[in-house]
Amino acid sequence: MTATVPDVEATAAAGVTPRLGRSPRRAGRASVRRSPVKNRMGYVFVSGYTVLMLVFGVFPALYALVLSVTTIDGSFAGFDNFAKVLGDYRFLPAVGHVAVYLVIWLVSLLVLVVLLALVVHAIRIRWLSNASRFIFYIPGALAGASSVMLWLFVLDPSVSPVGWLLEAFGFESFVQTINPANLPVVFTVIAFWTGAGGWIVIMYGALNNIPEEVMEAAKIDGANAVQTAVRIQLPMMKKWIAYMGIMSLAAGTQLFVEPQLLSQASNAVVANDYSLNQLAYLYAFQQNDFNGSAAISILLLVIALALSAFFVARGGLFEKD
Amino acid sequence: MTALSTAPGHVADRAAARPAKRSPAGLRGTPGQWSGRFVVALVLLAFGLFFAIPIVWLLLATTKSPTDLIQNNPFSFGSLDGFAVNWNALFAFQDGAVVGWLGNSALYSVVALAITLVVSVPAGYALALTEFRLRRALLVTTLVVMLIPNTALVLPVFLELNTVGLIGSPLAVILPFSFFPFGVYLTYIYFNTSIPRDLLAAARIDGCTEFGVFTRIALPLATPVVALVAFFSFVQNWNNYFLPFVMLPASDQYPMQVGLTSLLASTPAFNPSSAGAASVQLPTLALATIMSVLPVLIVFLFSQRFLVSGMTAGGTKE
Repeated sequence: MTATVPDVEATAAAGVTPRLGRSPRRAGRASVRRSPVKNRMGYVFVSGYTVLMLVFGVFPALYALVLSVTTIDGSFAGFDNFAKVLGDYRFLPAVGHVAVYLVIWLVSLLVLVVLLALVVHAIRIRWLSNASRFIFYIPGALAGASSVMLWLFVLDPSVSPVGWLLEAFGFESFVQTINPANLPVVFTVIAFWTGAGGWIVIMYGALNNIPEEVMEAAKIDGANAVQTAVRIQLPMMKKWIAYMGIMSLAAGTQLFVEPQLLSQASNAVVANDYSLNQLAYLYAFQQNDFNGSAAISILLLVIALALSAFFVARGGLFEKD
Repeated sequence: MTALSTAPGHVADRAAARPAKRSPAGLRGTPGQWSGRFVVALVLLAFGLFFAIPIVWLLLATTKSPTDLIQNNPFSFGSLDGFAVNWNALFAFQDGAVVGWLGNSALYSVVALAITLVVSVPAGYALALTEFRLRRALLVTTLVVMLIPNTALVLPVFLELNTVGLIGSPLAVILPFSFFPFGVYLTYIYFNTSIPRDLLAAARIDGCTEFGVFTRIALPLATPVVALVAFFSFVQNWNNYFLPFVMLPASDQYPMQVGLTSLLASTPAFNPSSAGAASVQLPTLALATIMSVLPVLIVFLFSQRFLVSGMTAGGTKE
């Protein structure tokens, strides 16, 4: 997905955003035993999903792992493939690109989403609050290639609705706007535009969930604005902020469609090996080196799995019995 | 930037200073509150414009001729004729390739959505309400896979399907789309928290089979969450770029998202080498961008409340 939420991404999905549950509220139900009689039905009901999970979740990962430690004729290669991709002259620059982008993106995402959620939450005029969330949220419909395509226009000073702004920054042409030094910011803007709305809505929900009495009590105790935000609202949003950060970090490492399309649209002013996923793609499709491609995929997958598993174990946001 | 950095304080100030049940924004207030409101208004306006301008511009661009697009005010309306010209140009591209791409998108998204529902809803039900071996392992795996970005598995799945010769088949897109752990988690949460177990027990006492309990009692009650899973699955499938890009080499199999890049490649403004009879003008490309998200945009426009409740429910009630 556009490297967003997730999804929210956003997928967001990006933009798809998981629905969240919390563990503590199951306390009262823990005593209800599941009836062992229903064993067989349980297996039948999960069978289709389990097959898909094995075929499109577990096996591909294991197969990529096997490929990554074997040679093209199938003999064991140890870490040769990893050594090869790590030593590739394109690998470290790609890591650097993705890392710079991640820093800029995560910082702006965390700061601005929290800020905007607080702002929207503070609006007492109902229609205005609804309308702003709606406007923030609607770009989430344009995910992936579509949002990049839209931003190609916006970043081209000759047609851009904000051409004056680009020119104020000294960008006279599309090629100048997307000069490689600007790319982390460009990708940040695209990802933020697409994915931030979903997260703002989620944070807004979290803020709404703070009991009115708590806010009242803080006020009566003489807490001022900053104190309320820092001591009450932020701590109450902590899990959700962590969730957003980790999901966005995981999604950001996968950067693909943005540089891919910009590369195509700029006649390779943006290189087609800008990100790690692009490099993995090139290994598979240009060099026909599936083992090298698998090695990069495994590296990316390990990062994603580690972040995800860490959050499932420690985040406390998902109900897992 | 100073405006931005001072905003949180003022915002929270307003939130804290007002009682719970408020009258509509009154006209009273200290100078401090007024400056706070001003900053809030400024932040809202700035970001409202940031989020809205590109979409508004894109919609207007589809009504213009290529020269209008460059010379006229970016926020002017072209003409309906201009829209018709762009429309015809888009659908004439490569003898109507766009119709095929939209059809492919619909086919892949809807078939995958159907499979997703058929496998996910019973799975969520079983995870929530029955006991079987490895249940917890399946649940935790679901969570972990749900939280990894879906791009992370694209190349591994490609490598796998390549060895079994499925590359280029619609199944290479539809089947991976159908694996949707988030859908299973949503239904799991729903069945776990919203279905009274006594109700199911009563049905069993009345002689309902296990399958009947699911289809006659649980499933009808779960309609809202089924709709939610359907929506998220559809949006994710429709918008997916990387997976079909990797799996489908032939242009006539592309979904619209990938087809969009074919259009881009034929747009001289972005790819000078493509100038020629079959080239695509910028307003046509703008229209293609709108078409590529139209179904998703419509759902977003008309079911916002429903979607938002889906994203924020679950964890928010304590």
